[in-house]
Amino acid sequence: MLAMVGSRAVGLVEGFGHVGYFLVDSVRAFSDVRTWGPRTLQQMRRLGVDSLPIALFIAAFTGITLALLASYVFTSTVPLYLVGTLVGKTIMMELGPVLTGLALAGRVGANIAAELGTMQVTEQVDALETLAYNPYAYLVIPRVLAGIVMFPMIVAFAMAMGVFTGWFAATTLLPITNAQFVRGLQLYFHPFDAQYGLIKSASFGLVITLIGCYLGMSTRGGAEAVGSATTRTVVYSAEMILVLDAFWAVVLLR
Amino acid sequence: MIAFADLHKAFEANRVLEGFTLDVRDGETMVIIGYSGTGKSVALKHVVGLLEPDAGHVEVDGKIVSELRRPELTELRTTIGYVFQFAALFDSLTIFENVALGLRRNRDLAEADVTQRVREALRMVDLPRAEEHMPSELSGGMRKRVGLARAIALRPKYMLYDEPTTGLDPVTSAVIDQLIVRAREALGATSIVITHDMRSAYTVGDRIAMLYQGKVQQVGTVEEIKGTADPVVRQFIEGRPDGRAVVRASLGEAGRAAALEGAET
Repeated sequence: MLAMVGSRAVGLVEGFGHVGYFLVDSVRAFSDVRTWGPRTLQQMRRLGVDSLPIALFIAAFTGITLALLASYVFTSTVPLYLVGTLVGKTIMMELGPVLTGLALAGRVGANIAAELGTMQVTEQVDALETLAYNPYAYLVIPRVLAGIVMFPMIVAFAMAMGVFTGWFAATTLLPITNAQFVRGLQLYFHPFDAQYGLIKSASFGLVITLIGCYLGMSTRGGAEAVGSATTRTVVYSAEMILVLDAFWAVVLLR
Repeated sequence: MIAFADLHKAFEANRVLEGFTLDVRDGETMVIIGYSGTGKSVALKHVVGLLEPDAGHVEVDGKIVSELRRPELTELRTTIGYVFQFAALFDSLTIFENVALGLRRNRDLAEADVTQRVREALRMVDLPRAEEHMPSELSGGMRKRVGLARAIALRPKYMLYDEPTTGLDPVTSAVIDQLIVRAREALGATSIVITHDMRSAYTVGDRIAMLYQGKVQQVGTVEEIKGTADPVVRQFIEGRPDGRAVVRASLGEAGRAAALEGAET
């Protein structure tokens, strides 16, 4: 029993040590701008532009659902123009960033872990080293930077799509006029609402790409290990998104 | 000159190298032979700093590899061409881009020079029309030739080959052997070739060293190895299943997997 606890404790400390080394190596690789600079633009396109359709798809249906849900919950004592308020606030501050983050944890995080994991087990990462490249500058930094920059952009588009489909659903399916919806949207609106959602998105971009890169670069073995790294990336990223969601609420909304 | 000095390396309980000592002289091609999983690739990875020794060291040009800081190690790596067992080509890049990647690290090299050197290297391995193909479109032998082109395009001082003919048919193996000889003549590089293919070892090697139980069992010229009286070396070069050599159970399939897993740590 004692041996098992000891072994787990050692494993945990080792795990933290590996993460520490990974972070230190990644930070050091920042000085190699010539390597990560051009590749960051490539990753921004891959990670950002290619992820936009799924983010817009999710936001579109979330906007419709929110508008109908709000009208269902609001009784005759609550003015219906508040549908606009609820759609705007919820999409910008919560559902836009979180649902997009969860979708991208699956799409982007899993993709990064699978790609880097495969490169690791087929010695492509070793090959990079022998060609005098720093693999952290070549593989990790571009993906992490692309995540931090592109996630807020994707979420901004998702926010716009969610509000638009919420407006469309409200004005076509509910007894709400365009003016009423817009009035509700503007009521209690602060620019901070959008900023709050975008700050959260940037932090989601950071953790999803970092987790994907760490687990991908740590992959050893073969196809099974790559599959395991991919699955763990999705699970850990989803967990971290929810933790960060609560963290930002505590830090910025109190 | 490359010198392995009393090199020790273990992966958890699996001791792979136990005092491996070998000098590779300037300009020669040293072939390291030995059973699968005896640590030949592990030894080679120490030369480029992909692994750190538990004890002992590897010296390249008088520098102890494990003591180099990253910028110095990077500098050293620019002088070494490494041909991987399974080529390790970058899946997402074309053949041209694969070969050009190492050259583009050199700030002094203009793009026109990069193009010229890539084409020259691909011509040397008889793949002049493969530039725009992706690695997945090539056969195993062609991929190995591209791996070789990627290394020789750098015009390195040292060439390291990790089982260059493993998994290839005899004719393709002979072609790879010819290319190794041709690359040596063109570059004048000091080379280490890891193999357990004796025909290949006799064709490309100046000297042959056998790695057995973590140490060098015997080192000598091709003729000396062919005429050896050492029963372990004799059994290996003749490929006899019965004899004095003990193939370590710990380095069977399970042990080998553990060693490789550790090797990539």
